[in-house]
Amino acid sequence: MASNEEILAGLAEIVNEETGLAPEAVELDKSFTDDLDIDSISMMTIVVNAEEKFGVRIPDEEVKNLKTVGDAVNFISGAQA
Amino acid sequence: MSTPTLQQNPLREFTRILGVGAYRPNVIVTNDDVCQWIDSSDEWIRQRTGIVTRHRAPREVSVVDMAAGAAKEALAKAGIDASQLGAIIVSTVTHPYATPSAASLLAERIGATPAPAFDVSAACAGYCYGVAQGDALVRAGTADYVLVVGVEKLSDVIDNHERTISFLLGDGAGAVVIGPGERAGIGPSVWGSDGSRWDAIGMTHSQTAIRDFSISAMKEDDDGDLAAVGEAHANLWPTLRQDGQTVFRWAVWEMAKVAKQALDAAGITADQLSAFVPHQANMRIIDELAKQLKIPDSVLIARDIEDAGNTSAASIPLATHRLLRENPGLSGGLSLQIGFGAGLVFGAQVVELP
Repeated sequence: MASNEEILAGLAEIVNEETGLAPEAVELDKSFTDDLDIDSISMMTIVVNAEEKFGVRIPDEEVKNLKTVGDAVNFISGAQA
Repeated sequence: MSTPTLQQNPLREFTRILGVGAYRPNVIVTNDDVCQWIDSSDEWIRQRTGIVTRHRAPREVSVVDMAAGAAKEALAKAGIDASQLGAIIVSTVTHPYATPSAASLLAERIGATPAPAFDVSAACAGYCYGVAQGDALVRAGTADYVLVVGVEKLSDVIDNHERTISFLLGDGAGAVVIGPGERAGIGPSVWGSDGSRWDAIGMTHSQTAIRDFSISAMKEDDDGDLAAVGEAHANLWPTLRQDGQTVFRWAVWEMAKVAKQALDAAGITADQLSAFVPHQANMRIIDELAKQLKIPDSVLIARDIEDAGNTSAASIPLATHRLLRENPGLSGGLSLQIGFGAGLVFGAQVVELP
């Protein structure tokens, strides 16, 4: 099971691959849409890649609750438990 | 009592697509046109969807008019007379009559009467559903030649001010003639449905809801204000909606599996393809599907959506027609086609291009 730091680093890698954003820009308090300028389609690609990387299931209806990077880290961390 | 001996049709081993036809209506709707109705920009629409323009039909051009245009070209390319057709299958969700079908009128229009004719309601998978049936009918000996048409007049079922799907949609028709082949020309169809996601894409409400609402509107409006009644009626017209994120996820990651199954069933690997023609739903879906399937650079990927928009059942034959027109050398090559949409439904097969 990955620690929160590992989940953040993994997410940053996925975001980087999808959008080209520098991994260090992906911080816990950043909003996916407002700060990182990630649209709904890219968000789905990130979600599916995160599911695969961390071995969790992120249902469609949960995705809209993942507003910040921290929300995603917490959800993945909880889903792994 | 002994059972009399029945005769059954002798089976055919092979089928293929003999010709492809297209009809593209002549009203061009640009992103700037769309932005009169929704708060967006040309750049935003291009980035999210890859669409630059859509073709739409004027009011007087019907689904059957467009279907006839595509059908006549497909028959001419195939070298088949309409009187030789053993079945006519029209895949559409926008023929504006629950009955009679678009197909029976099309048969009469092109001179194929009394060929059996019927419509298929399988939305954006409709063309692949039609090919699956056309292939089966010819192989079973039920028909010698089958006309399969994918046609939509989606401009009749959009709400210009709606943001989930309307701005993506265009009109048009594509058609193929399927007949006997000397070698395998249509791989096994991998098709299915998932009604648990019936709500993901579809109409805002049913036809019966219009009737019920109309009656109540009439009763309320007893001061004889016909304009108010007319406006209420116009707002009752059902239009399309989708849950874009859910559909995107399904269209890429679930459909990549279906496309892979169609390749496996045909005994083909991605590097043996000449073309990849997914339903033209959104350029980002096309790109991500190609990535998931590891489609090599040597394979031409249909990107007709840029000019045509999403034309539902018509999109795969329209895109195939364009690929063949722009790249005549593709003839004889293999194409992986996959349709997916409202239902949810999906269908895929590998075909030899005519």
